[in-house]
Amino acid sequence: MGTKIKNISMKIASRIKNFRITRSVFAYPYVLFLMMFVIMPLVILLINAFIVNEKFSFENFANFFNDGSSVDTLMFSLLIGIITTVLCILLGYPVAYILSKWSSGRLIVLLFILPMWVNFLIRTLSTRFMFEAIGIKLGVGTLIFGLVYNYIPFMILPLHTTLSNIDKSFSEAASDLGANPINTFFKITFPLSIPGILSGITMVFIPTISTFAISQFLGGTSSHLFGDSINTKFEHQLYGVGSVMSIIMLIFVLISNYFMQKTNKGEAARNLW
Amino acid sequence: MVNASHTKKILERSYIIVALILLYTPILLMIIFSFFNTSAFSFKNGFSFDAYESLFNSSNSKKLEDALKNTIIIAAVSSVISTILGAVAAIGIYSMSKRSRKIVENINQLPVINSEIVIAVSLMLFFVTFKFPAGYTRLLIGHISFCTPYVILSVMPRLMQMDSNIYEAALDLGATPLRAIITVIIPIISPGILSGFAMAFTISVDDFIITQLNKGTTTGIDTLSTYIYSSMHTAGGLKAYWFAAFSLIIVLVVGTLLLINLRKYKSKAHIKIQ
Repeated sequence: MGTKIKNISMKIASRIKNFRITRSVFAYPYVLFLMMFVIMPLVILLINAFIVNEKFSFENFANFFNDGSSVDTLMFSLLIGIITTVLCILLGYPVAYILSKWSSGRLIVLLFILPMWVNFLIRTLSTRFMFEAIGIKLGVGTLIFGLVYNYIPFMILPLHTTLSNIDKSFSEAASDLGANPINTFFKITFPLSIPGILSGITMVFIPTISTFAISQFLGGTSSHLFGDSINTKFEHQLYGVGSVMSIIMLIFVLISNYFMQKTNKGEAARNLW
Repeated sequence: MVNASHTKKILERSYIIVALILLYTPILLMIIFSFFNTSAFSFKNGFSFDAYESLFNSSNSKKLEDALKNTIIIAAVSSVISTILGAVAAIGIYSMSKRSRKIVENINQLPVINSEIVIAVSLMLFFVTFKFPAGYTRLLIGHISFCTPYVILSVMPRLMQMDSNIYEAALDLGATPLRAIITVIIPIISPGILSGFAMAFTISVDDFIITQLNKGTTTGIDTLSTYIYSSMHTAGGLKAYWFAAFSLIIVLVVGTLLLINLRKYKSKAHIKIQ
């Protein structure tokens, strides 16, 4: 009896093993594709940044940090990115919070993310025409408006998801135990929604500093963002410095992704389809 | 007390309404002024369909048509390839050992988290270094490389939810592994494949930065986004017909998505009631 069971279990084990080996082969074409077209380009970016005249050097880095205007652009972008992100939290949190309490909230959240699917250049241009029609001069203010307008859906969506998944009995328990609504919010709801805020921050901050085109259309003549200057460097064939700047951008991406392991860009799309 | 909660409700409702109005104002203005044949938001030319007519008979109609064709061809080809590549890969990744699976999933995540400008310039350097033919080849490879991760991300959850005994039952009943995959696994994960395809298509249509940097200056290939961008930079700014084109795009996109989602929402509500 015992050997029979052992036999059967061995058979099952070998079958599972076989089917795993045969099936993982299906991933190989894509793994190869990833190596070729995702990893290799990044390696070449690194090579471009560190190799000058076929020799390893930090010349490109030195050039970047000595050129005051590039560093200024980076600082300016970080500042704009922080302001935009904070505004997105301040304006988007109430929206997500209110909608998480409504029974029709899920449907109305869709209305907030629908514009995301209209090409961002079109939305940016129509905000620009709007400002021009009412006579507001383009500058830092209009740039921040445009960025918030473009990226706030990315903040509302993860916030709404987290807020609606919070168990209602927590705040009910808090008020049963005598906490007033404000206390309940700051002691229960808000701390539990922090993962949503974090993922919203990564979804807004990184695209904001690395965007290009939005600042060209809405920033007037003076406000360029880091994405614009990367693009300009490559347009002027300055591949070395351009690569250094891209790597700095990549470092920001990796840092923010370290804090927020899972990005919700895919989730935004999945919610619609 | 009743009064306080009442005012709170009104405040909440008005906040949502004001936010929605703000969000949709630029879009609605675009549509309204597309009927006033202007290149700025003004009523001075009077109500007309001239902007819409000029879509078909202005000197730029040919270029606009080409850009639309390119956008659709590139999106269709790259999303079909991404869907096949991604769905097959997802089945493979699902049955990998835990460690290699984690590695592949992390690499797969790279194009999703990475900033578009970094993807664009790294691809450009790669294509230049290895002398890939300029034009469609570069664009298609680029689009496939940032669309496929989304297909995998939408197929994987379906595979995880699947009861793996079903596949083994098929094997026990005499199906070959390939047949079991085609007749058992694929139908189960097909909703994930479908939504992955839809995501890949829309992401490809929407892409601007990666297309702009990899289309090449001499090929003359433009998609709608890059054409909008370049015509914004030509002297005199945007022509009136762009307003008409934008309005059509907006109505098409928002209308389609709203319809799909309303239907989904309704059927879900229906199930709940039952």
